[in-house]
Amino acid sequence: MAVQLDAVRRVFDNKHVVIAGMDLRIDPGEFLAVLGPSGCGKSTLLRMIARLAEPDSGRIRTEPNGERFQTAFVFQDAHLLPWRNVLDNTALPLELMGEAKAKRYESARAALEQVGLLEALDRYPGQLSGGMRMRVSLARALVTEPRLLLLDEPFAALDEITRFHLDVQLRELWQRRGMTVIFVTHSVSEAAFLANRAVVLARRGGAIKLDRTLELPAVRNNELRGDPRLGQEMRLLLGAIEE
Amino acid sequence: MKKTLLPPLIPFIGLTLMAEFLVRQGFVRPYLVPAPSAVFRAMIDSRVELLQALLSTSAGSLAGFALSAFTGIAIAVLLSSSRAVQRAFYPYAIFFQTVPLIAVAPLLVIWFGFGIQTVIASAFVASVFPVIANTLSGILSTDPPLRDLFRLYGASPLATLFKLRLPAALPQVFTGLRVSAGLAVIGAIVGEFIAGGGLGSVVDIARTQQRIDKVFAAVLLASVLGLGLFGLINLLSHLTLRRWHASEQAE
Repeated sequence: MAVQLDAVRRVFDNKHVVIAGMDLRIDPGEFLAVLGPSGCGKSTLLRMIARLAEPDSGRIRTEPNGERFQTAFVFQDAHLLPWRNVLDNTALPLELMGEAKAKRYESARAALEQVGLLEALDRYPGQLSGGMRMRVSLARALVTEPRLLLLDEPFAALDEITRFHLDVQLRELWQRRGMTVIFVTHSVSEAAFLANRAVVLARRGGAIKLDRTLELPAVRNNELRGDPRLGQEMRLLLGAIEE
Repeated sequence: MKKTLLPPLIPFIGLTLMAEFLVRQGFVRPYLVPAPSAVFRAMIDSRVELLQALLSTSAGSLAGFALSAFTGIAIAVLLSSSRAVQRAFYPYAIFFQTVPLIAVAPLLVIWFGFGIQTVIASAFVASVFPVIANTLSGILSTDPPLRDLFRLYGASPLATLFKLRLPAALPQVFTGLRVSAGLAVIGAIVGEFIAGGGLGSVVDIARTQQRIDKVFAAVLLASVLGLGLFGLINLLSHLTLRRWHASEQAE
């Protein structure tokens, strides 16, 4: 799924301009990382693409258009329903979309298998670690087989080891499914490790300071973390943020 | 069980023994505070009358409480439907709470007549507000990203209410119900003072007969009823929330 933003503007409280006229195209199957300091409008941008907020002016188009529920969203924390077990949490989107019970459980099992959580089906969120909760959240997003996956700093609250693990898993999922991914993050290393293309936003007005296709191998695993090419890309991104 | 029953039992036994001692030694006049043994004797002697009164008060309290629970939750759901509805009607819910029940009870008799219907109405008036206030607060504090998630997948307002907002509000609903349970018993007794019947009448009549031991016996039974109702809500809360809410997972 492609996303096209034309002169998108978003203002808070009639005075605070969060995004002042952004033009951006994200091609189908791209893995885009959106970087920038706090309050630069990264999350607002993601919410507008998900149609959870409307731009004050300008236009956001997704192509192909008109297909409902092709977008999935992963939040900063897992945000699971604590009264539902892992299977029922994962099946929730399909339930809300009116899918039959047998079909939604089958899809939920398949999504949980992809994130390696099939053994935790009947556990409740309170019985899971932070990393496991986030994997359930990821499975819940994948259950509808979305063509556009939006992630808003999903691994920020996790410890580094778990984050490294989930980064690799997310990248593999993307490669396997060929969906478009927009990943908002604070972390320069995470953006460089995961994405094919990175966009750095300015502190004010959401202006694009850098739009770069990352020159890194397609297969990303933990060995890449010590690779000088990754270090080079991180330096470039960091330079743009600090400019 | 041993751990939860024993700690409150120790001060109860201690205070009972001390009261018995103080009354028997003449430090406290028995027409002001009866000896616990006299209260116990009054309970045995008037057991049929007291049991019937307890059953009647239980029926009034439970019916009033059930009415409060259902109406309170329904009103909270309606109030949560829009800010405008909330602004228009919530002040009246608060007003309802501030009206002194003892002053309203005679009106209830005029409207509903003598009998259990007035007792139920009185229990309802006394206990509905905590259910409204707590349920409303629970519904309104639903996690915003979860609301977004429901929107993203096109959930209807009804689906959002029953699959997200009400379950998320349950811990607060139970807090409201706990407060409301005790208030329902108080409301029922106040209703009985005016409309007759139940433990309220026993207290009223025994008072005029200077039977302070019987007054104490009836008051004790009313407290036991309140505790029983509170315990019932605690049990329901535990059964409903134990899997997922921290308040029911301690120890």
